[in-house]
Amino acid sequence: MRLEAKKLGYRYANDAWLFRKFDLSLQQGETVGLVGPSGRGKTTLARILAGYDTPLEGTVMLDGQPLPKRGYHPVQLVFQHPEEAVNPRWRIGRILNEGGQPDPFLLQELGIDQGWLERWPGELSGGELQRFCVARALGPQTRFLIADEMTTMLDAVSQAQVWHSVLAIAKQRNLGLLVISHEPSLIRRLCDRVIEWESLVH
Amino acid sequence: MSAHQAGQWPSAAPRPQINRRRRTLTVIVCTAAFIIAAWLGGYLVNLEKLATNLQSRNHAPSLQYLFGTDWLGRDMFTRTVKGLGLSIQVGLLASVSSGVIAVMLGLLASMGKIADRIVSWLIDAFLSVPHLVSLILLAFVMGGGMKGVVIGIALTHWPSLARIIRAEVMQLKSAKYVQISRRMGRSSWWIATRHMVPHLLPQLFVGVLLMFPHAILHEAAISFIGLGLSPHQPAIGIILSESMRYLSMGMWWLAFFPGLCLLLVVRSFDVLGERLRGLVDPRRSRE
Ligand SMILES: Nc1ncnc2c1ncn2[C@@H]1O[C@H](COP(=O)(O)OP(=O)(O)OP(=O)(O)O)[C@@H](O)[C@H]1O
Ligand SMILES: [Mg+2]
Repeated sequence: MRLEAKKLGYRYANDAWLFRKFDLSLQQGETVGLVGPSGRGKTTLARILAGYDTPLEGTVMLDGQPLPKRGYHPVQLVFQHPEEAVNPRWRIGRILNEGGQPDPFLLQELGIDQGWLERWPGELSGGELQRFCVARALGPQTRFLIADEMTTMLDAVSQAQVWHSVLAIAKQRNLGLLVISHEPSLIRRLCDRVIEWESLVH
Repeated sequence: MSAHQAGQWPSAAPRPQINRRRRTLTVIVCTAAFIIAAWLGGYLVNLEKLATNLQSRNHAPSLQYLFGTDWLGRDMFTRTVKGLGLSIQVGLLASVSSGVIAVMLGLLASMGKIADRIVSWLIDAFLSVPHLVSLILLAFVMGGGMKGVVIGIALTHWPSLARIIRAEVMQLKSAKYVQISRRMGRSSWWIATRHMVPHLLPQLFVGVLLMFPHAILHEAAISFIGLGLSPHQPAIGIILSESMRYLSMGMWWLAFFPGLCLLLVVRSFDVLGERLRGLVDPRRSRE
């Protein structure tokens, strides 16, 4: 499978264009890093690829087909801040199951404690909560995962643990990963290739 | 007890807050108790006292007849309690129906742009007509009676609550966890019932409570002009309109106590609703 962005253009209201004629291609099974300065539109691009926003110009295609408007989205996005990504009135177990039953192997890999499932989101640390968001995004129908500064709030050890398990799952299921990060060392360690934002936007 | 607490809170700041909280809770409990007593009272009254009793006509208020008796010898206290029960009954049916309409339309507005346009248009259209005018028309068309009044009030009172709910729904719709839910393949209906409704419940509860005073006063008003409850029922509106003829004969108690009690119940709902709103949504209650 191939995730392709063709001639994307986006801007908020009447602000200047964040990007235009933006092309990107991501192959199943590969891990690609995206680096660039702050405030240029990386998160915006991630939202478009995962179907949260519609591009003002251009299209996103999955194997030559437009992205589905309904049903489970094959391109899943993990946000930087997990607190906003969960309903504060739901217990963790329910949040985790929103996209279907998660893989028990994945839960174990991510270091998820069974006891956490009974708690409310406010009773977990940001790092613990983020593991659930990662697990939720890795449902059986996920084909591509976009990690937008996914582990920024984790300490080095947890960061390594989470990435280790995500890479294992990605390899096992042949997923495509797009890693957006400000940490060059992380990107270098994880990715098959790295895209410089500046090189794509003119 | 207070000394004990003063020891627990050596700093000055938290104490007024605790006091305010306790006062709020006291007010909530008292008003709620009064309303429930009035409501249950309507069921518990001794029906024999509602009957005419020509031996005890036109008594002024006394220990035996707290609110006096009328020209047919009916006990005004019993009639008032029964009337308040009826008022609350009508208020309950009408407010809850209004609340249901408001939630349905608020959620409908979240389903799409066109749906939202329609809902917003309906809200504005209904808000632009004065309540009492449309209420009288509706009650007249429905042919009066309890059903007519309830339907009339329910159909005229939903727009302001619907507007609040719609605003809340729109905000929820842009919440990240709701957007994620959609990418997990969940339908609008599923999201509305699982994510939105539980979030809206406190707002809705307060909104419905604050609708009671309007519903009760409107019911009394249209019963008073003869388009509401049947004259055989001791509704407060009926009691007031009947007693008008006797006011000039000095029988002030016929209108005074029922009217006062009605205002007390209405005010209780107002206070209760406002206090609860202060707990649920401090931002809006300060407006
Ligand atoms: N909802 C919005 N409305 C208006 N402007 C927005 C909105 N979201 C983002 N922006 C603006 O668009 C620009 C790009 O934002 P974006 O979050 O995509 O940047 P980014 O590349 O992810 O930055 P960072 O590396 O700091 O995360 C910023 O200038 C931001 O202020
Ligand atoms: Mg960003």
